[in-house]
Amino acid sequence: MAGTSVAPTPLLKDELDIVIPTIRNLDFLEMWRPFFQPYHIIIVQDGDPSRVVKVPEGFDYELYNRNDINRILGPKASCISFKDSACRCFGYLVSKKKYIYTIDDDCFVAKDPSGKDINALEQHIKNLLCPATPFFFNTLYDPYRDGADFVRGYPFSLREGAPTAVSHGLWLNIPDYDAPTQLVKPRERNTRYVDAVMTIPKGTLFPMCGMNLAFDRELIGPAMYFGLMGDGQPIGRYDDMWAGWCTKVICDHLGLGVKTGLPYIWHSKASNPFVNLKKEYKGIYWQEELIPFFQSATLTKDCTTVQKCYIELSKQVKAKLGHVDEYFIKLADAMVTWIEAWDELNSTSDIPKGPAK
Amino acid sequence: MSQANIMDDEVDIVIGALHSDLTTFMNEWRPVFSQFHLIIVKDPDLSGEIQIPEGFNVDVYTRSDIDRVVGSSTSILFSGYSCRYFGYLMSRKKYVISIDDDCIPAKDNEGSLVDIVAQHITNLITPATPFFFNTLYDPYRKGADFVRGYPFSLREGVTCALSCGLWLNLADYDAPTQALKPELRNSRYVDAVLTVPVRAMLPLSGINIAFDRELVGPALIPALKLAGEGKFRWETMEDIWSGMCVKVISDHMGLGVKSGLPYVWRNERGNAIESLKKEWEGVKLMEEVVPFFQAVRLPRSAVTAEDCVVELAKIVKEQLGQSNPMFVRAAEAMVEWIKVWKAVQSG
Repeated sequence: MAGTSVAPTPLLKDELDIVIPTIRNLDFLEMWRPFFQPYHIIIVQDGDPSRVVKVPEGFDYELYNRNDINRILGPKASCISFKDSACRCFGYLVSKKKYIYTIDDDCFVAKDPSGKDINALEQHIKNLLCPATPFFFNTLYDPYRDGADFVRGYPFSLREGAPTAVSHGLWLNIPDYDAPTQLVKPRERNTRYVDAVMTIPKGTLFPMCGMNLAFDRELIGPAMYFGLMGDGQPIGRYDDMWAGWCTKVICDHLGLGVKTGLPYIWHSKASNPFVNLKKEYKGIYWQEELIPFFQSATLTKDCTTVQKCYIELSKQVKAKLGHVDEYFIKLADAMVTWIEAWDELNSTSDIPKGPAK
Repeated sequence: MSQANIMDDEVDIVIGALHSDLTTFMNEWRPVFSQFHLIIVKDPDLSGEIQIPEGFNVDVYTRSDIDRVVGSSTSILFSGYSCRYFGYLMSRKKYVISIDDDCIPAKDNEGSLVDIVAQHITNLITPATPFFFNTLYDPYRKGADFVRGYPFSLREGVTCALSCGLWLNLADYDAPTQALKPELRNSRYVDAVLTVPVRAMLPLSGINIAFDRELVGPALIPALKLAGEGKFRWETMEDIWSGMCVKVISDHMGLGVKSGLPYVWRNERGNAIESLKKEWEGVKLMEEVVPFFQAVRLPRSAVTAEDCVVELAKIVKEQLGQSNPMFVRAAEAMVEWIKVWKAVQSG
């Protein structure tokens, strides 16, 4: 076979942070050790700050609990959710790295069809480092993958692709279903390994799950605000959805790509569908208004940065979704607070931080 | 109505024959095709008699049939790979499955023979979901569903009009790509079917497709002929053009287009470097054509696929016709095709 040597994927260990929200413990890291140990981990501890979160030995991490969040952000801490994994976006705020990988603490290493352990992080890095193809659908999926290419009829002028801003991974075992589906199909497990990475076309929205997600923080970080969920809020389990819709609209506007597919992780815990139903209930109805809103959202030419896009979006949220529920007015304000916090923490170098370790 | 019933009575399998000896081809496909009605259309430029083995329910059409039905001046539409469109014209069934004559059945990851008829029909009779992307791909497949965050009002989906299959071994690459990477073979079996979202364009390969002929038959058009069009897929763009038209029309009519399974195994033939010399025209063409199709909008008054093709032909002539006479001919061919389609349907 003509020499097609595949260059090894760079580790990027000094350019990537792993962000993990937790309210329990981090025993799951033990299984990930071979793949995660080289990296710096940012742990966002939700719930009672006086609890001590057990982290396995040998990992390089910084941990932030609610007290830290309040101390670092002051009044702006109001935009970070409490008692919901949405708090993870605080980790994106304080990271100083180019790339973020975020994973839930009930996600384990999956095996590919040959029985080999999947290095999810390595696949995400591959996805982020090679271009996306949002402007024309390639029927053989990711054309940059080893063993694939653009098909006949794919315009040559579009073969350079666009920079990849987001890599959305999937889950074997417990699939990411909503509460009604969980109630109807409590035993359904995802056993189908689909060996593909693909770009979600420009102009198309998708449900972005935060369980196994990587992104280029420099390209799209400010759009990854996970909203107001949990304690004191009328809704839960829509944090990543909200971030995903905002992110996709902004990526489409700025000419950035969003990929989905590999890598798979093994999702072990099925959350309680009745608890989920209570959290999602309002979201199920509100979604019907939110989707048309995002599908028709347009950003003006002078929205040239992610922050500008996001602020513009927050204005539109206030104007067009305020009538759906007062929550959206609060959310729009929180979106602005988030950008203020982002700019504050990411422009000057001597912000007092000092996490609790 | 069980799937078995649907399959026998409502399916035609259409093969454009670019080789006269189809014995091996038909024998390879016997386990999958033998219970169906087949329409084989011989490329009018091909000499020699078509050879097919016994045991099939088949109708063969040749140049003289084409001349008789559409007239010898229009028969030019059906030369080369475009001969299969004559089969679509002659079909009386709801569903048509069409593959190139250099493909044989593939094997899936478990080693079983892929039944492309069963998979294409499943794709066509289950809804498509063009308005929102489902990250677990086809939600109607066994073992899958819509994921959290997928709007409930969009879960009914829309009717699927077109199912685009894929190819193992010799994938449908263009000549420059295959010439650059002569060893490149597709060995990746991706176990997914997904809906290509509304307004997303794709390169529709004619090598392995199926469609609802009643809904979109008229929109699969033998219209675009490269000046140097030849007898290898690398040397054609007719299906690519047809695919852009049918996607725009499906989007306009609120129908869905799926891509993915089933796979066929495609055999090698031809020399990519030789074909490279001929295909440059086609390659440049796409650069103009893509922005056009991405922006085109059909009038609300165009309701049927026939109406849509006629409207599209007008816009093609006006907007693309100015830059290249090939587009003027394509627009005229589109109109001619609809005339012929209507005449045959009513006659």
